[in-house]
Amino acid sequence: MFSAKTEQAIAKSLLWLCTGLTIMALVFIVGFVLVHGLPGLNLSFLTEQPRRMGKEGGVFPFVVATLHMTGLAILIAAPLGVGTAIYLTEYTRESKLTVVIRSGADCLAGVPSIIFGLFGFVFFVIRLKLGWSMLSGGLTLALMVLPTIIRTSEEAIRAVPRAYRDVAFGLGSTRWQMVTRVILPSALPGILTGVILSIGRSVSETAAVMLTAGSSLKAPLSPLDPGRNLAYHFYILATEGISKSNAYRTAAVLILAILLINFSAYWLMRRFVARRS
Amino acid sequence: MRARGSWRRRDLSKQSPGLTERPALGGSLTAVGRKGLQEWGTEKILFLFALSAITGLALIAFFILHEGLPIIISKGLQGFVLSTDWAPSAGRFGILAMIAGSVAVTGGALAVAVPLGLGSAIALTEFCPRGPARLLKALIELLAGIPSVVYGFIGLVVLVPLIRNVLGGPGLSVLAASVVLGVMILPNIVSISMDAVLAVPQSYREGSIALGATNWQTVHRVVLRAARSGIVAAIILGMGRAVGETMAVLMVAGNSVLVPHSITDPVRTLTSNIALEMGYAAGEHRQALFATGIVLFVFIMILNAVAAWASRRRT
Amino acid sequence: MGYLLALHVIIAAIALTSCGRTPGTQVTVAGSTSVQPFAEVLAEKFCESRPGVSVVVQGGGSTAGIQAVREGAAQIGTVSRALHEEEQDLRSVTIARDGIAVIVHPSNTLDSLATEQVRDIFSGRISDFSRIGGPRGRVWPVTREEGSGTRGAFQELVMGKTTITPKALVQSSNGSMRELVATDPWAIGFISLGLVDGSVKALHIDGAEPSRANVKNGTYKLCRPFLFVLKSEPHGAAKEFIDFVLSDEGQRLLEEEGLVEAESRPH
Repeated sequence: MFSAKTEQAIAKSLLWLCTGLTIMALVFIVGFVLVHGLPGLNLSFLTEQPRRMGKEGGVFPFVVATLHMTGLAILIAAPLGVGTAIYLTEYTRESKLTVVIRSGADCLAGVPSIIFGLFGFVFFVIRLKLGWSMLSGGLTLALMVLPTIIRTSEEAIRAVPRAYRDVAFGLGSTRWQMVTRVILPSALPGILTGVILSIGRSVSETAAVMLTAGSSLKAPLSPLDPGRNLAYHFYILATEGISKSNAYRTAAVLILAILLINFSAYWLMRRFVARRS
Repeated sequence: MRARGSWRRRDLSKQSPGLTERPALGGSLTAVGRKGLQEWGTEKILFLFALSAITGLALIAFFILHEGLPIIISKGLQGFVLSTDWAPSAGRFGILAMIAGSVAVTGGALAVAVPLGLGSAIALTEFCPRGPARLLKALIELLAGIPSVVYGFIGLVVLVPLIRNVLGGPGLSVLAASVVLGVMILPNIVSISMDAVLAVPQSYREGSIALGATNWQTVHRVVLRAARSGIVAAIILGMGRAVGETMAVLMVAGNSVLVPHSITDPVRTLTSNIALEMGYAAGEHRQALFATGIVLFVFIMILNAVAAWASRRRT
Repeated sequence: MGYLLALHVIIAAIALTSCGRTPGTQVTVAGSTSVQPFAEVLAEKFCESRPGVSVVVQGGGSTAGIQAVREGAAQIGTVSRALHEEEQDLRSVTIARDGIAVIVHPSNTLDSLATEQVRDIFSGRISDFSRIGGPRGRVWPVTREEGSGTRGAFQELVMGKTTITPKALVQSSNGSMRELVATDPWAIGFISLGLVDGSVKALHIDGAEPSRANVKNGTYKLCRPFLFVLKSEPHGAAKEFIDFVLSDEGQRLLEEEGLVEAESRPH
């Protein structure tokens, strides 16, 4: 058939074609949105109130809602997640229990966002009587990002060299002192990476938020207020044809925010790895 | 906390770096004095924190089952899962068309994402110098966080009219959903496959080259085979993400309740079904949507378990 | 570490003390997505003149609105269809009437249809435009999701006992339906008359032009009520809002947006 050399040449070109297509597809998406959305995007878009259901004006209340919800989610998930990681690495040895805890977190990571939305709706909104609110949305988001924080925190904590712990004990510290004064500061960049990635996920989430946080046009000042996050507002603008230009602008804001968030996480991780070696 | 007798004894220092030397504080009997009490308390609190993920999962499972099981029981599993007749206002809840929709769209997404993703992964790990490869991988991963609604929107304004003009039909179709989903899971597949291929020991490659094989022959006869379990895990995880995706599919699939006969047919997936009607549903209708959630949940859990099993297997 | 904990406690304290609705009275209005944009406009105008009051408008759907009112999650529920038998225990106020327009793409040569023809298209019996006087091409009916008030009204007024074909494309709001029909030359759908704009063409039904005047005088038959639904006698800020909506100013606002005034005023 073909000689081995020709076969390799053909294979290589096909593989590079795949890579090219992949990169092109992803760059096209970002490019398309930015090209249509950047012109006309200015600071006032972010600080103005929307008028006429979003046809005119800005997206200020939705930015507030996004920050509010994400802030609540991290406030709840970070202590729980880091605490879990600390417990798994510092306070127990491997046992059936730890396996169960980890599998639970892994399973949670695989649950689709609409199921989180259903659960949030039936549990937080209705059962706990929180109503459509930032709190309902934030609690639901917290559950969604918990596995990520657990996983990245555990990795970061495990990467801290044994020697640090030995020295701490040698100096007579209690375990908790060792954790808070030695381990955590050392593992902080890794843990922050997980937190930042979780922020990214909360910002993009729509399905779960749709069913738990409501869709009000006002900026939510209290955790019990309903609100619409930026991604959900974009969805409404886009599908209802309210304003193509505002839709593109909102999308541009979203994409820039995500790129910024992911980039910081990546950069932080690089620094963490560099510190280690 | 005590090492169970039946659990294999492991080198503690490798397992839990924190559990070295320090006298066991796991037993409350040894906690003495204020510091000791504080330690005991901290440990218990952290234990409770650690249960949060499991508790969350259990709560979700419980509530979804609680809301959805009654209708599966009353209408019968067969009638629910095997009937294509979805007419909530008439009390008929067959979700077969949606299952077919989910399968079609996921299959299509994999058909798009696996060749492109695997191909890219191989190209970047085996045929590309380290520096540019790392940069490109980072770039691809950077784009993984783009919201699904943005993907859906671009699908709506670019892909759907294209399909409608070139292939006919309403444009909102299996094809549109498959392409959009495929591109969405591409970064995941590339990333995990790359990790799997990079994990293959260099000695395998060197041995193969020493025997006279070309790079490509080494790749497809040795490396890929060795990385198989990791690649399979990547595909299955991508599949899980595709099945669970809601917003993008909602925007481009058309949402008709019919079993698709061609890729230009509109279709509705299990996730879209829930998202579409949840806001309005009450009573039995709502229960049926939760029951759809149960089916989805079970399916994803199975996929996750298979992925975990596949990635742990040694070839 | 210590100050991180303190920070947490401070934030939690702030969150808890500001728990409870934002200061001032708040009226929650939830329900039909058809009514939502109009309620938003009314709320905006109402709150301009009453600084202490805020009106929050949510969607969720007509049925969800009724439930929200029953459970106390909202003071006012909005519904875009007539109440069913089992919902008669709630108080309802008609705030406006809205026509349902059957829409097609502007380039579509069709101008007018009979109700039976619309029914046959949506039931799947007619699947080609040429059978109703249009060009050859597959018709794509577009409908709303089950449980939508607009769909419910359409079902009642046009379909009667016939079911809408499962082959129909489904969109989740008036806006997305209009958007779809505006971009697909072969689609046909139905939306709130008040939301028809230049991007779609509204068909004459049984000879009657779809206009507000015709809805008012009854010649255009596809018409459904927009209702405010309450659990009991309205009082306080809620009552003020309802009074505003039914006042001349409120009704004029609705008419400007494309609705038809309510016939009756409340007791």
